[in-house]
Amino acid sequence: MIIRIMGGEGQYDVPDEAADALNALDDRVEAAVDEQDQAEFTAAFGELLAAVRQHGTRVADDALVDSDLVLPPADATVDEVAELLGNEGLIPG
Amino acid sequence: MKRMGLIFRSKANKAMDRAEDPRETLDYSYQKQLELLQKVRRGVADVATSRKRVELQMTQLQQQGDKLQGQAQKALGAGREDLAREALTRRSALHTQVEDLQAQHAQLQGEEEKLTLASQRLQAKVEAFRTRKETIKATYTAAEAQTKIGEAFSGISEEMSDVGMAVQRAEDKTASMQARAGAVDELMASGALDDASQEPNSDIDRELAALSTGSDVDAELTAMKQQLGASDRQAIGGATTDPATATSDADAQPDAPKREG
Repeated sequence: MIIRIMGGEGQYDVPDEAADALNALDDRVEAAVDEQDQAEFTAAFGELLAAVRQHGTRVADDALVDSDLVLPPADATVDEVAELLGNEGLIPG
Repeated sequence: MKRMGLIFRSKANKAMDRAEDPRETLDYSYQKQLELLQKVRRGVADVATSRKRVELQMTQLQQQGDKLQGQAQKALGAGREDLAREALTRRSALHTQVEDLQAQHAQLQGEEEKLTLASQRLQAKVEAFRTRKETIKATYTAAEAQTKIGEAFSGISEEMSDVGMAVQRAEDKTASMQARAGAVDELMASGALDDASQEPNSDIDRELAALSTGSDVDAELTAMKQQLGASDRQAIGGATTDPATATSDADAQPDAPKREG
């Protein structure tokens, strides 16, 4: 699957096998956002991005492909992410 | 995970809902891409300008700090620990500012690198889009083009919205840093920062200068007093005290103002 890290970092092609590990980290990120816990968010989100970078390979610069997943920029704060989620009305599922 | 992925999807696809002939959408989008590419390049240049400005300020403060260090050494050499302490205190205040600027500098450098990479990537994508656009226009009718255009838009619209946001973000950060750098420049120019840099230094300079002038004057006074003492003794006929005692008395007096000065 193609995952974009926003903030101009670009896209990664991540093998599906990594999904479980990423999902576990995503749950932690989500919980931290719900709790407004900046420290836990920074730690979990940092690990999530690191996992994407580690498991994935960079998509070629001239490739025109849509992402399956879009992650907030690396320097996003818990408030910004909460706002981003809020703007979209916390899409269920 | 799914939720994260859905966040920005709706924004990315908005650019598609226009134009009767879908092939015109391609040209329109390409124009937008070129405009964004320009904007990103300007963003990189802006960040670089801010970075250079911070570098200049760091150099200035560093020089100021070196000067204070030299003054502290000079003052200590002259036995003025109080002045040396003052100079070092000011230097430490400057050091805090330098550290703040160093942090800003690192941040700006990070932004600059990120935007440079984003700009290069966007350029490659815009070029890929242009090639595909020409192929679609040459090969397909308006009716046929629709799905092909959807494919061409894949990735580039997402890239554009992301890079657009990244530039905006970098500009916001840079603007707030420029405001701070501007404040430091203004303070330096107005002399309000003088407490931590210029003016107090000249205070210390003045005191150091006064110190050496003072000891010169002291030396002269001592010499004069010795001469006077000698002629006095001659006039009285050498009847009074031992000359050694007279000399140390004369020495003791001019020493006193020297400690205050």
